[in-house]
Amino acid sequence: MRIMQSTSHCAAVWFVLTLTGLPVFGQVDLSGIWANRGHQDWLDRGRGPDLVDYAGLPINEAGREKALSYMAALQSEFERQCEYYAPTYVVLGPFALNIWNDVDPSTAKIVSWNMGAWIDKDVTTVWMDGRPHPSKNAFHPYSGFTTGVWEGDTLTTYSTHMKVAYVKRNGVPSSDQATLTEHIVRHGDILAIMGIIEDPVYLTEPHVALSIWEQDPHANMPRYSPPCEPIAEDPRLEAEHIVPHHLPGKNPSINELTDLYHIPVEATLGGAETMYPEFRKKIKDKYVRPEKCTRYCCGPVNDPALKCIRDASGRER
Amino acid sequence: MRSLKRALVAAAGAIVLAFAPYAAAQAPAGGQARPAKAAEPIDLTGYWVSVITQDWRWRMVTPAKGDYAGVPITAEAKQVADTWDPAKDESSGQPCKSYGAPGLMHAPTRLHITWQDDNTLKVESDYGMQTRLLHFGNWKAPGSAASLQGDSLALWETPRPGRGETAPAHFGDLKVVTNHFSGGYLRKNGVPYGPNAVLTEYWDLFKEPNGDQRIMIATRLADPQYLSIPWLTVVQFKKEPNAAKWDPTPCSASW
Repeated sequence: MRIMQSTSHCAAVWFVLTLTGLPVFGQVDLSGIWANRGHQDWLDRGRGPDLVDYAGLPINEAGREKALSYMAALQSEFERQCEYYAPTYVVLGPFALNIWNDVDPSTAKIVSWNMGAWIDKDVTTVWMDGRPHPSKNAFHPYSGFTTGVWEGDTLTTYSTHMKVAYVKRNGVPSSDQATLTEHIVRHGDILAIMGIIEDPVYLTEPHVALSIWEQDPHANMPRYSPPCEPIAEDPRLEAEHIVPHHLPGKNPSINELTDLYHIPVEATLGGAETMYPEFRKKIKDKYVRPEKCTRYCCGPVNDPALKCIRDASGRER
Repeated sequence: MRSLKRALVAAAGAIVLAFAPYAAAQAPAGGQARPAKAAEPIDLTGYWVSVITQDWRWRMVTPAKGDYAGVPITAEAKQVADTWDPAKDESSGQPCKSYGAPGLMHAPTRLHITWQDDNTLKVESDYGMQTRLLHFGNWKAPGSAASLQGDSLALWETPRPGRGETAPAHFGDLKVVTNHFSGGYLRKNGVPYGPNAVLTEYWDLFKEPNGDQRIMIATRLADPQYLSIPWLTVVQFKKEPNAAKWDPTPCSASW
């Protein structure tokens, strides 16, 4: 009988608290489908960045040399076709975001938040149960290893054990020693993330990237990446035993941004100083604004009446 | 019966416990029981520098005429942007059209944030030497002419505490809604926003273990005239120790 009374007390209290709708652990519900409208970094994240465009990236000399050696044909090598991006791609990539949580049924506590995979990336599981990060010698999976804590209404996560990846899709590298701190906030139907990438191998100071989404149940992003199967593509133009690369000093695209947009080379090659306003003084006398945009001038396009240059053809459509 | 009575008493007590901290947390923000300065959950004052790591080519330098990449413009906006003439803006005494809040916050600028009074946060930029005033409380727009920086109404948003928790004093964000603009450019090369634009900003402050402090501002610019859907962007500022790099520079229509 005492057990029954106690049970009825608990049930009554639980029922009333359920009606109040207050969160049990002071958390924000991040779950749902979040659409990337493509207004931030539209070209970099969509079509892809120009080949030698490192402006605004705090890379060191090693990062710059590695990036300059990059040739996009690398990605079509049989053994590299199925390489995933690192968890950093959440704040660097173009996709919508599917977030959900896993709850321990015996305690009703959230064990993890999960950030979906789309394609080209593994699910990032953010462990909320206080477990420690593995030994630094532990295996580095594509997902990395991520833990999280709530700081007010901000979910702060910390990722380690990532694989070698890119901080920009034109070959700017991140090493397997890189870490990622994310501050994830929800403001109504807006989700924003500040991602702080630290890398002792290729960066002189943290690379801070931002991304923003809007809640949209129609975005319909899957949680998991479909299986990847490498295939033999057309025969390569260069010798098959060579890993695609540019030798030091031989990157043919080093002046591309200068030719297309008049951006001085000292800016396109990046470095921490290019992130700050005072860098403008250094290039003021070297930059001449192009008279007219001739390629990739608009997008995303939502107004059907809008005719503009959407690609490299130079034609309005 | 006695058991049911005890259960109801327990439940009533739980309601009180549940709502008390929530009410306490909301009073300063919504009801403005305390001046905004005294109620601030986060300290945004000081010198801050914009860190341009994204959209560099459109923010750090003036892009080419007709480059609207990333902006969901309307056909009408394109017509306006295609007539952009910085020399004409300069000669007509309007070199600051890209320095209104929607453009300014994306610009390569430093900010100096101070309390002008107990309910007004002042945000100054060295880039174009602009001043935004963020008004808290029951401030009403004076009804004067529309302006470059518009009318900004600000509100501290504090976390809703969990059951049995007290409202954390040092967490929260700043929400700012700005309208009554005179119109201007959201990008340096003449991409327009109109007088009916509404800018909503969420300012979050993050403190890193190494002592770095960063502001992230998530923004939504809605403009029924020149944007087909709201323009969603997010920018960042890093705290600086002092005013050593503060460099007031007048508006320029071309650079």
